[in-house]
Amino acid sequence: MTHKVYQNAKEACSDIFSGASIMSGGFGLCGIPENSIDALTQLPITDLTIISNNIGNSGRGLVKILVQDKIKKAYCSYVGGNPDLEKRLLNESLEVELVPQGTFSERIRAAGLGIRAFFTPTGYGTLIAEGKEVREFDRSCVLETALSADFAIIKAEKGDPYGNLWFKETARNFSPLMAMAAKTTIVEVEQLVDFGEIPAEDVHLPGLFVQRIYQGKDYLNDIEFLKLEGDEVNS
Amino acid sequence: MSQTPPPWNKSQMADKVITHIQRGSSVNLGIGLPTLIAERLPESLEVMIHSENGVLGVNGRPTSTTVSPTLINAGKETIRVSSSASFFDSALSFGMIRGGHIDCAVLGGMEVDVEASLANWMIPGKKVTGMGGAMDLVNGPKTVIVMMSHFSKSGESKLVKKCSLPLTGYDVVDLVVTDYGIFRPTGKDFEVVEIADGVSKADLQLP
Repeated sequence: MTHKVYQNAKEACSDIFSGASIMSGGFGLCGIPENSIDALTQLPITDLTIISNNIGNSGRGLVKILVQDKIKKAYCSYVGGNPDLEKRLLNESLEVELVPQGTFSERIRAAGLGIRAFFTPTGYGTLIAEGKEVREFDRSCVLETALSADFAIIKAEKGDPYGNLWFKETARNFSPLMAMAAKTTIVEVEQLVDFGEIPAEDVHLPGLFVQRIYQGKDYLNDIEFLKLEGDEVNS
Repeated sequence: MSQTPPPWNKSQMADKVITHIQRGSSVNLGIGLPTLIAERLPESLEVMIHSENGVLGVNGRPTSTTVSPTLINAGKETIRVSSSASFFDSALSFGMIRGGHIDCAVLGGMEVDVEASLANWMIPGKKVTGMGGAMDLVNGPKTVIVMMSHFSKSGESKLVKKCSLPLTGYDVVDLVVTDYGIFRPTGKDFEVVEIADGVSKADLQLP
C-alpha cells in the first residue's frame, strides 16, 4: 500500500492549478506545511483562494505566495502580526473574508463531515452576521455554511504510507479538519513511519482522508515569540 | 480625568481579575493584557487554562531545554503544560468554548458599552487585527471579563454609552476590569463594583 507516497513536495503539488482553492494548516507558524508552501512559490499559478487561519506571518509561511500576488481571495480569522496581509486588506487589493475562528474551524469540519450549514451564536449582532439568516433558538443565531476546497496542504509529525497521522502538541489545530474538507489532501511529515508505528488507538486522523503523503525536509519550525521561565513579566 | 500613571498597574489589574475567577474553573485568557493573569494565578486556585489553538492545561513557561516550537498558546508564545493537560484540534477547542464548557474568558478591549457589547477587532480604515477567536469567546463561556485600560490614548473613557467601533459581540460582557476600577454593564449604565483608591466617580467619565 504505497500508492499515496510521493517523493517530495514538488511531485505532490505539481497539479495544483490556477484558480484552485487551497486550505493550509497551522496556527501562526506552528504546524504549517513548509515544504508544500515552498512548492507553491515555484509553480506558475495565480488567482488562488487560500483558506488559512493567519495566511502566514512577517515574510514567512503563506506570506511568500501572498507577496508573489498569487492569491485572489483569502479566508482567515486573524490578521494581527501579518502586515503584508493587513496592508492588502486595508487598500482592498486582496479580497479577504474574515471569519471568526470557531466558525472558521466549524465550517471546515462541517464540509468534511457532510453538514451543509449550521446555526451559531458567534457573530450575532456584528458585521459578520450582515446578510445572513438569523434564527431564534435559546439565543439569536447566525446561519453559516460549510467551507470546502480543492486541495488541503498540511503537516503532521508522523504519518504512515496509508496517511494515518499523528500530530505533536499544539501543531494539530486546523490540519485534520482541512484534511477532511478538501478533495485532495497533501500531507508532509517530519517522519514517514512504517505501518504499526502509530498505534491504531493513537491515530489522530485516519488515512482515509489523505490522498498524498511525503517525507518533508529542512524544517525551520520557527518560534514566533520565545518566552522562557524567569523572563521578566511586563507589569 | 486620566492620571499618570493610572492607579492600578497591569499586575494589579490581573490580580483584580483573579479575585473573580472561581477555584477549579477553566479559563481562556486572550492575547495581550489577559496573558499576564497566567503568570499570577496562585496554584491553589487549581485553574485549568485553555488556549484556543488547542490546549487545556497551560502552565507557565518552558525552560531553554524543554521549549518546543509546537508548544504555543494563542498568542504564539512558547508555553509549558501541566501533567493534566490535553491537546485537540481547533473544532473541538471552539466546541469547548461555544458549548459552554469553559467557565470564564478574559479578553482585551477597545470599547465596552452599557448594553454589555464589546468592540476589540478593528478600527475601520485604520487597523484590522481580525477577530481571531474573540467572537466565539464572548459567546459561550459562563463569565466574560474584559480587561483593558480605562482611557484611550487621547484620554477618552473606553466605557461608553454605545460602541462606535464594529462589535465583537452584542450583550456579552459580564464584568470590566480597568486600571481605575471594576464595572458591570447593566443595560442602562455601568454599576461600579470597585473603585481604585484616590479615584472619584467623576474621574471615571462613565456614561
